[in-house]
Amino acid sequence: MTFVIQRPAKVDRTVSDRELDQIVREHAGRLATALVRITGDFAMAEDLVQDAVVAALQRWPIEGVPDRPDAWLFTVARNRGLDALRRQSNYRTKLTQLQWPVQPASDDRLRLIFTCCHPALPRPAQIALTLRVVCGLTTAQIARAFLVTETTVARRITRAKRKITEAGIPYRVPEPNELSARLREVLSVIYLLLNEGYLSTAERGQARDLVDDAEWLAAELHALMPAEPEVAGLLALIRLHRARADARFDPDGNLVLLEHQDRSNWDHEAIADASRLLQRAARNHQPGPYQLQAAIVACHAETADWANTDWEQIVLLYDMLLHLAPSPLSRLHRSIARRYTAGPEAALAEVDGLAAGLERYHLYHAIRADLLRTLGRGDEARAANRHALELTANPAEQAVLRRRIDWGDDAG
Amino acid sequence: MKYVLLFVETEQFEADLEAMSQADRDRAFELVSKWMADHADKIRGGSKLQPASTATTVRLDAGSEPVITDGPFVEGKEVVSGYTEVEVDDLDQVLNMVSTWPGCPLVEIRPIMEIRPGQS
Repeated sequence: MTFVIQRPAKVDRTVSDRELDQIVREHAGRLATALVRITGDFAMAEDLVQDAVVAALQRWPIEGVPDRPDAWLFTVARNRGLDALRRQSNYRTKLTQLQWPVQPASDDRLRLIFTCCHPALPRPAQIALTLRVVCGLTTAQIARAFLVTETTVARRITRAKRKITEAGIPYRVPEPNELSARLREVLSVIYLLLNEGYLSTAERGQARDLVDDAEWLAAELHALMPAEPEVAGLLALIRLHRARADARFDPDGNLVLLEHQDRSNWDHEAIADASRLLQRAARNHQPGPYQLQAAIVACHAETADWANTDWEQIVLLYDMLLHLAPSPLSRLHRSIARRYTAGPEAALAEVDGLAAGLERYHLYHAIRADLLRTLGRGDEARAANRHALELTANPAEQAVLRRRIDWGDDAG
Repeated sequence: MKYVLLFVETEQFEADLEAMSQADRDRAFELVSKWMADHADKIRGGSKLQPASTATTVRLDAGSEPVITDGPFVEGKEVVSGYTEVEVDDLDQVLNMVSTWPGCPLVEIRPIMEIRPGQS
């Protein structure tokens, strides 16, 4: 009788990179949380998780994803930890006692997020730490997503961890009197991931979709802090963007502006869900910049076509947004709506008034160009588009602007 | 953990203080004294310094004689005007303390390096 030794089944276990990233993200932060709790050492826990993640991304595509990915990651991290702690018997004992499955308390998960986004750390370090520790990205993945070298990312992480240890940045949820300021910091990090991901979708497939990570983080935070309306607002904003993501590019990969998007390609169910989330948040009567931005996007998302857009409502929402968070950029976006409520001439005057702050921003010139074209000032419009083209490095936006310049008045 | 708070004054702050009436200036100093008293349990020492115009800097470059110059080590619009050593649990507690500091417009927080036996 011949004995066939069966290797662990790996048929049907082939997963895409994206699925792999999702599985890792689901477990990395939880593992980090458990390890910090046991060792009391944020920097070391971070290293162990990163080791386990790197090992997983090397081995799972070949060996298949294990039945219990969290147990696998846990075992790798624990063994590395036992190795690293050979000389520190007290931690070693604690780590030996650590058993799978690890189910961190929600407070522990919050601690991890708040520590990564501590205001005493520079923004790029907050982003890199959050992605590595909470979302389980590797240094290489972060470097690719932000178009910087791995050395740069690694240096940011090392410096940040040293600062956490040496400057005494605590591992805890902020006190109630600090909470709103500290939550704003976390939300800014997630919002930056959304922006970065949103812009880089032009080169889809090139890098990890950071919008995915932004949504996951916002959802996690919303589950942990369901009473915070701005968290819900940011989650709704991300979901509203995602629901329309497929319509942003035509089959040839060209960027399609909102005005010309095929709205039947939007995920209307997701839009309805996000709008409900936003409405529930609004019942707290604590409007904030994220809720208002989401409300503006919802206004577009719930309208059947460009012609039926409720511009009065959008201007009103921008006024509220500007009241809470004055910004030349929001003023610029408001002027797009003003074109339909007050006319292109008034809108152009408002845009021109923003020159001082936005001269180096490509959309300032693109929006000006659009208004100039509407007013029949074609030459000036083309010049403004050319100016916009010089100022953007985003290939999809460059393509739109080039079409406008080449085709003159007809291009959208 | 121990930290040193370095209090930093700006030219504008100095000018504002000078432009105040005596009563307002007294009131400003009173607020600072009250802050010190409120946090007395965490404060381990420190001093207000004489103005930067009284500073003397010695530059010790290898291979040459020490060079003595008048003034602070950097000629700038922002100068250290005092320091306080505090002992608290972590950075958040210092940040919390400093958030209500009623004096000069800049405070730098530096952890004190604690050298334990057997560590370099």
